[in-house]
Amino acid sequence: MKPIILGAMFIAVIIIGYRSAKPRYKPEHFTDIFNDFSWLGNWPKWLDFPLMQPLNKGFDWLIVNYGVFFEGINNFLLGMYTSMKDFLVGLPWPLVIAMVIFITYFASGRKVNTTIAVAFCTFFLGFLSPRYWDKCIMTTCIVLIGMLLCIVVGIPIGIAMARNKKVRNALLPILDLMQTIPSFCYLIPGILLFGLGAVPAIIAIFVYAVPPLIRLTDLGIRLVDKEVIEASEAFGASRKQTLWGVQIPLALPNIMQGINQCTMMSLAMVVIASMIGTRGIGDEVLLGLQQLNVGMATEAGIAIVLLAIIFDRITQSYGEKIQERTQKKKVFNVKD
Amino acid sequence: MSKIEVKNVYKIFGDNPSKVLPMVQDGATKEEILEKTGHTVGLDDVSIKVEEGETFVCMGLSGSGKSTLIRHINRLIDPTSGEVLVEGTNVMELDQKNLIDFRRHKMSMVFQRFGLFPHKTVIQNVGYGLEVQGKEPNERNKVAMEKIESVGLTGFEHQYPNQLSGGMQQRVGLARALATNTDIMLMDEAFSALDPLIRSDMQKQLIELQAELKKTIVFITHDLDESLKLGDHIGILNHGRVVQIGTPIEIIMKPADDYVAAFVKDVNRAKVIKAKIIMITPEKFKGRKEKNSNTIKVNEDSFLDEFLPKVCLTPATVEVVDKSGNVKGYITEKELSVALTKSKADVLTKSKT
Repeated sequence: MKPIILGAMFIAVIIIGYRSAKPRYKPEHFTDIFNDFSWLGNWPKWLDFPLMQPLNKGFDWLIVNYGVFFEGINNFLLGMYTSMKDFLVGLPWPLVIAMVIFITYFASGRKVNTTIAVAFCTFFLGFLSPRYWDKCIMTTCIVLIGMLLCIVVGIPIGIAMARNKKVRNALLPILDLMQTIPSFCYLIPGILLFGLGAVPAIIAIFVYAVPPLIRLTDLGIRLVDKEVIEASEAFGASRKQTLWGVQIPLALPNIMQGINQCTMMSLAMVVIASMIGTRGIGDEVLLGLQQLNVGMATEAGIAIVLLAIIFDRITQSYGEKIQERTQKKKVFNVKD
Repeated sequence: MSKIEVKNVYKIFGDNPSKVLPMVQDGATKEEILEKTGHTVGLDDVSIKVEEGETFVCMGLSGSGKSTLIRHINRLIDPTSGEVLVEGTNVMELDQKNLIDFRRHKMSMVFQRFGLFPHKTVIQNVGYGLEVQGKEPNERNKVAMEKIESVGLTGFEHQYPNQLSGGMQQRVGLARALATNTDIMLMDEAFSALDPLIRSDMQKQLIELQAELKKTIVFITHDLDESLKLGDHIGILNHGRVVQIGTPIEIIMKPADDYVAAFVKDVNRAKVIKAKIIMITPEKFKGRKEKNSNTIKVNEDSFLDEFLPKVCLTPATVEVVDKSGNVKGYITEKELSVALTKSKADVLTKSKT
């Protein structure tokens, strides 16, 4: 049954393509294609599926009819971004460094080495070039909001995937699509829907960085030892109790890994997003590229790497802290 | 009424079990089904009865379906067909809410690889059954501490499971199962992952606990010695079918088929047979000619291997007494040699035919 349906769909698509082709590309009568086989040489111009125009029309329709909706999202994200950025830019820079140190120290479980390394990196952001300081703050704000969006949406989807095979089968191809489609393909509609600036960058970060988080959440939950889940069920835990009491805590190291991946990909995206006018450290790289100024591009590149190290160390060491708690090494051997 | 009753349960694993079920019911073997349909037969017309307060041991090699069977009792696995009755309630008819309630209050389970929660401390693990019931932390910690004490783990309550050795981890598993104070305990190869010394330690501990608590235990194992030691009744599974159910002595003395015979062939009979089973009555003993001047007194419930060395060292007649010291019967060398060799020869001739 399935091959017949697929076959019928294929023929229908070809007919649609043929009908919509411009008359000058087509033979005078369609029976001609069975007499004159010259079209088998080069790809004939009438064998063309019309996708671009409907997509453009659909997109226009979306903007006209649901513009308010996108406007709302835009205002919300922009408001969040602006207030966060203004707050951090307004703070004296030593205070910001102190904040970073404070967060790292407690997130890493009071690891002094990590804290010192992160503090050093933070200092060097401004030390490299004073104008980088504000730009790094802008980039950080975009990445943080993008990550927040990823976490709020990605983790519940990951959980749903792990618990329901149908959801997983439906979502996996979409995740593949999100990961393989070139980022420019969604940057352009992003501009049209949200205008230039920070918001399309946040949306692009979301599309680009949420798949690994979803995948790792899903994987983490499914990797939890089956016997442990059986034990939970055997003692009469409801599905909800098993999820919150057993599955999520045990999947946390993997979820943290997902968040870490998410951060790294967000930073990579922020540089690309500078091409659509997103302000931040990425536009320094772009500027260097445009002026063929190797020193400038490298300097900005180093700043991005430092930013990446800061993010990575904080999320990674937080993940390690959780892991330590769940998988404590044998401290001593005890005889039975 | 039996405490647990499993009636004609079939379990078939695969895409379309109900379609394959009639074939299995018509008596097709596991291999035929696998070849023709790609389905695996887990259980094939299994019926068992477990009485209140007894230990029922379910024995078989890996792949015989014993772990599948035990998971039917608390419905971690749904059967393809058949009924599971616990105290007369059909477990299959429970809805989600009642099933959860049933698992919380009727039975608890101990797992082969312990199934402990690695992110919880010992005391949190032990209290988990009470936690899901919604008991207050104070109350559940109090109960958990009692149970930790009863399995001899006091002082370790704030350790994480992987800081403990295997034997200690399984004690945590045991304490967790005891904490909910259910009548029924399901033990899925509970001691199989432990090394022999700790295993026999745990067996002893279980026997002691059982003497005190009188729970209904369904115990799964692939170790015949373990099943003979613990079981009041033993059910032997092979390829998803029950081949024999009986007391340890019945299994040893009268194996139902070659499979069981092969199983019991290497058993150390002295460890299984009790004095009262092979003793002869005092009247019969008086008629005997050969008599030793020495006598050794043994309890009627002691196993042969407990007094065998003494008999070997100084030829003696064994006087079997009950708890209050009354003479119940005698064992001479003749009975001993018969008990230790006779049915072994039986087995050999049986497997030859």
